[in-house]
Amino acid sequence: MGRKLLTEHINVEGINTFEVYRKHGGYRSVEKALKTMTPDEVTEEVKKSGLRGRGGAGFPAGMKWGFLAKPEGVPRYLVCNADESEPGTFKDRQLMTKLPHLLIEGMITGSYALGARTSYIYIRGELLYVLRILEKAIAEAYAAGFLGENILGSGYSLDLHVHPGAGAYICGEETALLESLEGKRGNPRNKPPFPAVQGLYARPTVVNNVETIAAVPIIVNEGGDEYAKIGIGKSTGTKLISACGHLNKPGIYEIELGLPVEEFIYSDEYCGGIWKGRELKAVVAGGSSVPILPKELILKTAAGENRLMSYESLSDGGFITGTMLGSGGFIAMDETTCIVKNTWNFSRFYHHESCGQCSPCREGTGWLEKVLHRLEHGHGSMHDIDLIVSVAKQIEGNTICPLGEAAAWPVAAAVRHFRHEFEWHVTNPKEATVPGAVYRGAAVLA
Amino acid sequence: MEPTTAPAKPQFSAAAQAEIKRLLTHYPEDRSKSALLPILHIAQAEFGGWVSPEVQDLVAETLNIKPIEVYEVSSFYTMYNLKLVGKHVLEICRTGPCMLRGSDELTEHLERITGAKVGETSPDGLFTLKEVECLAACGFAPVVQVREQYYEQLDTPEAVDAMLNELREQIHRPILSWEENELPNSLKNN
Repeated sequence: MGRKLLTEHINVEGINTFEVYRKHGGYRSVEKALKTMTPDEVTEEVKKSGLRGRGGAGFPAGMKWGFLAKPEGVPRYLVCNADESEPGTFKDRQLMTKLPHLLIEGMITGSYALGARTSYIYIRGELLYVLRILEKAIAEAYAAGFLGENILGSGYSLDLHVHPGAGAYICGEETALLESLEGKRGNPRNKPPFPAVQGLYARPTVVNNVETIAAVPIIVNEGGDEYAKIGIGKSTGTKLISACGHLNKPGIYEIELGLPVEEFIYSDEYCGGIWKGRELKAVVAGGSSVPILPKELILKTAAGENRLMSYESLSDGGFITGTMLGSGGFIAMDETTCIVKNTWNFSRFYHHESCGQCSPCREGTGWLEKVLHRLEHGHGSMHDIDLIVSVAKQIEGNTICPLGEAAAWPVAAAVRHFRHEFEWHVTNPKEATVPGAVYRGAAVLA
Repeated sequence: MEPTTAPAKPQFSAAAQAEIKRLLTHYPEDRSKSALLPILHIAQAEFGGWVSPEVQDLVAETLNIKPIEVYEVSSFYTMYNLKLVGKHVLEICRTGPCMLRGSDELTEHLERITGAKVGETSPDGLFTLKEVECLAACGFAPVVQVREQYYEQLDTPEAVDAMLNELREQIHRPILSWEENELPNSLKNN
């Protein structure tokens, strides 16, 4: 059984209260950092840990912290990205609901490292009830002297606030999030300048995912080198995987990076296999934006090696035969799933969520949704299959933010691996549009 | 009959005003526009679950910004209802993971029971059906959100009926309450 770092105490009665959390070793990292370490030493430990951003991009967190500009006399900010909305991803909600103090502790220790005097947690508006849980926990932390003026007599002061969004996937993109936090539409900004130089209120800002910040207390307590020993290669530490779709036991699992995908899907410790005794057909391993893989390629790489739950192993084979770990939103589909319908559904999502700033994304996602709709409903042509691939290609790389890629990749991958299924919808429109009908042929492996 | 006088200008309650005052302390003084999204949430809860142009103007006045700055934001974010809604807005997740576990069937079922199509309000004025994108509860699909409450695993007619019955009983829960809402079932015991 893998080590649990983030969720070790998640089932302890009352762990959402300051008192119980503290009794179980909570806020030790704040004491250690503020009393015995300089801010740069804290950053150094995060660099050594190899911790990678848990929101989806997997960028080394310590390096991101290192980029923060620190001009004299200019306030800087740490902003937590709790705008969890990548389809398939529901780990941060669980973490914040059950362990609000872990996130707050990470925010304090992280803000100290970055020299922030005011920090924000930007939470998606749908989770207003979680916002209340966090506000209650923050009030407890203030009362206990872990927030506010002169924390633990160290001379360091910090204010922490929670800010709700209002329903917009795009606000998970860090510059859109900052716009939203400034009270504007969530339109991503052109980069450069990057947030590290001009972020919130045009001041230096670091934006980190909930799970990334929640790992900071563990890294500070145990040391970056110790943390780096967990996991495999450059995929250090543990990761929360939110598993959904056609599984016997969907839910949130903390895994040590490096766990074989097969074990994750089939063992009783994790997802317990595919529901209703059915066969696995395909998996979207890291949130809806990453390429879909057929069963054969998610369990084994093209070279025949066991596929592991790690950044490197999941992307083995590039986008031809691999995918990405992404946010850890693991969507399993059984043999009765229509890949065309699923791809159309995802395209509708991206069309709906495109902010409309960049023409390739605004128009392209609309085209994808429309053409996939007609393929799914039996009005498509063979040309349409090439058309969606071509539209996807023209979105990719031509937009301000990565929503363009996020919309394009799932379409390209679905056609790459399940082309026969799209063709079947064209050649057998009557059969394909019967409710529940699904193409039973094999996937294309490369 | 046409009303003879203009409707009274909306005003925030004392509780809402206090909450707004508290929120404004979260941002630098010259950046109070940052409070726009949270204040719109408060306004929507105060004034019947939607933000009319008059209510949006009130928000603009509260923050000392131009009305257009509120309109452009309220029309961007999906949580703000710009039209009159029923007592309960059922926000049905339609995205992939929920679809895989039966959100299409759930939507059809809700349309049948309530007598409203998606985008409409039921004849009794109780339920407005609204389709939304991923609510970040994919492991407990299919999911419906009603205000701050998540209803999960709505994969049987019984589960749906239980939700609707509960809502029929429920008195409007004010957004300003400190009282913790019921946790979704999925978060209670695991």
